[in-house]
Amino acid sequence: MSTINLAVNGQSVSGEVEPRTLLVEFLREQLRLTGTHVGCDTSQCGACVVMIDGKSVKSCTMLAVMADGAEVTTIEGLANGAELHPMQQAFMDNHGLQCGFCTPGMVMSALDIVNRHGNEPDDAIVRRELSGNICRCTGYQNIVKAIRAGAQAMGE
Amino acid sequence: MYEFSYHRPASVAEAAELIANAADGKLVAGGQTLLPTMKHRLASPSDVIDLGGIAELSGIVVNGNIVTIGAMTTHAEVAASSEVREAIPALAALAGNIGDPAVRNRGTLGGSIANNDPAADYPAAVIALGATVRTNRREIAGEDFFTGMFETALEEDEIVVAVDFPRPEAASYMKFENPASRYAIVGVFVARTAAGPRAAVTGATACAHRAFRIEESLQAGFGASALDGFEAPVDKMNSDIHASAEYRAHLVKVMAQRAVAACA
Repeated sequence: MSTINLAVNGQSVSGEVEPRTLLVEFLREQLRLTGTHVGCDTSQCGACVVMIDGKSVKSCTMLAVMADGAEVTTIEGLANGAELHPMQQAFMDNHGLQCGFCTPGMVMSALDIVNRHGNEPDDAIVRRELSGNICRCTGYQNIVKAIRAGAQAMGE
Repeated sequence: MYEFSYHRPASVAEAAELIANAADGKLVAGGQTLLPTMKHRLASPSDVIDLGGIAELSGIVVNGNIVTIGAMTTHAEVAASSEVREAIPALAALAGNIGDPAVRNRGTLGGSIANNDPAADYPAAVIALGATVRTNRREIAGEDFFTGMFETALEEDEIVVAVDFPRPEAASYMKFENPASRYAIVGVFVARTAAGPRAAVTGATACAHRAFRIEESLQAGFGASALDGFEAPVDKMNSDIHASAEYRAHLVKVMAQRAVAACA
């Protein structure tokens, strides 16, 4: 077993993990942060995307030990108490989800889009940037709409 | 995933010692191929040596006409680098179209070339640009580095440190990508250099290779029409559910012509 120390959603956390423990397993099973989902478990679907030191990463394709010392942000770390993060609010306002399973990963990837492309990404950018996030309900239209609205709201 | 021992060395020398002493060790860079392979139990190393803690392996330096990219530099960093975009825009564009954004935030240049997937993008650039792969022991010419499917010139315990890319006069990479994985069904990298035209093909055969016949065709003139009479040999092409050998041979020509046209 290895001891890891990291910051998750602004809180210092330490844990005992096997080297083969995936970051998503550590988040979900040890920290009980079950907002990060496991969809495909093969790096395709993006339901498990979290931020590591400000960059989107598929947490099913990273070992927990690799996150030792990192700052991790999960979907649970976005809202301010009862007040949703502007990107979360935009998904709600624009019906940017159907079953909701892919939504945590979509929101985290959306934040990565805003980080790199600013507050006015066009449809083409958003669609290209979502290439690693799959919505099995195929509800992309409103996801794209939500991300553009959320990006704008984050700039206000 | 089977059990393994995990190591996170702080220097290349320490990593080299760990891999040399491991029963069946594997170096991991970004882990975007190795971890899925281990999850499928297609790989079961005794020791995983994570290069992620070695600061000297990351970074981009331009020195005259040479762009040096550290082995652990991520695809996202190469894609966003103003130095790479200025010196070799085709290389930045290639890096920015590998996998998807989250994969590009972890995947690395060194990991890609050391793995040498037959459909990987970077090997085409390393060969066509006449790059030099620097390891902890020696320098290897890019075109000698890729030796077969998932095979390279690297020794078992040799570590890629950086790749030196000479700046071309013009270059372009065109790939016909698998829409799900964005791996190249066929990718062609062409470069116009002071020493003449250079080209490499990936995705089409067992591993990326220098395309001498495309280069010969371009000797007469660096234009897409110079390839009108070119035909890639069907018998060397991969054939799978994504594309037949005949289709791949056709794509080699089309991607080469598009890449040449994009250099204009």
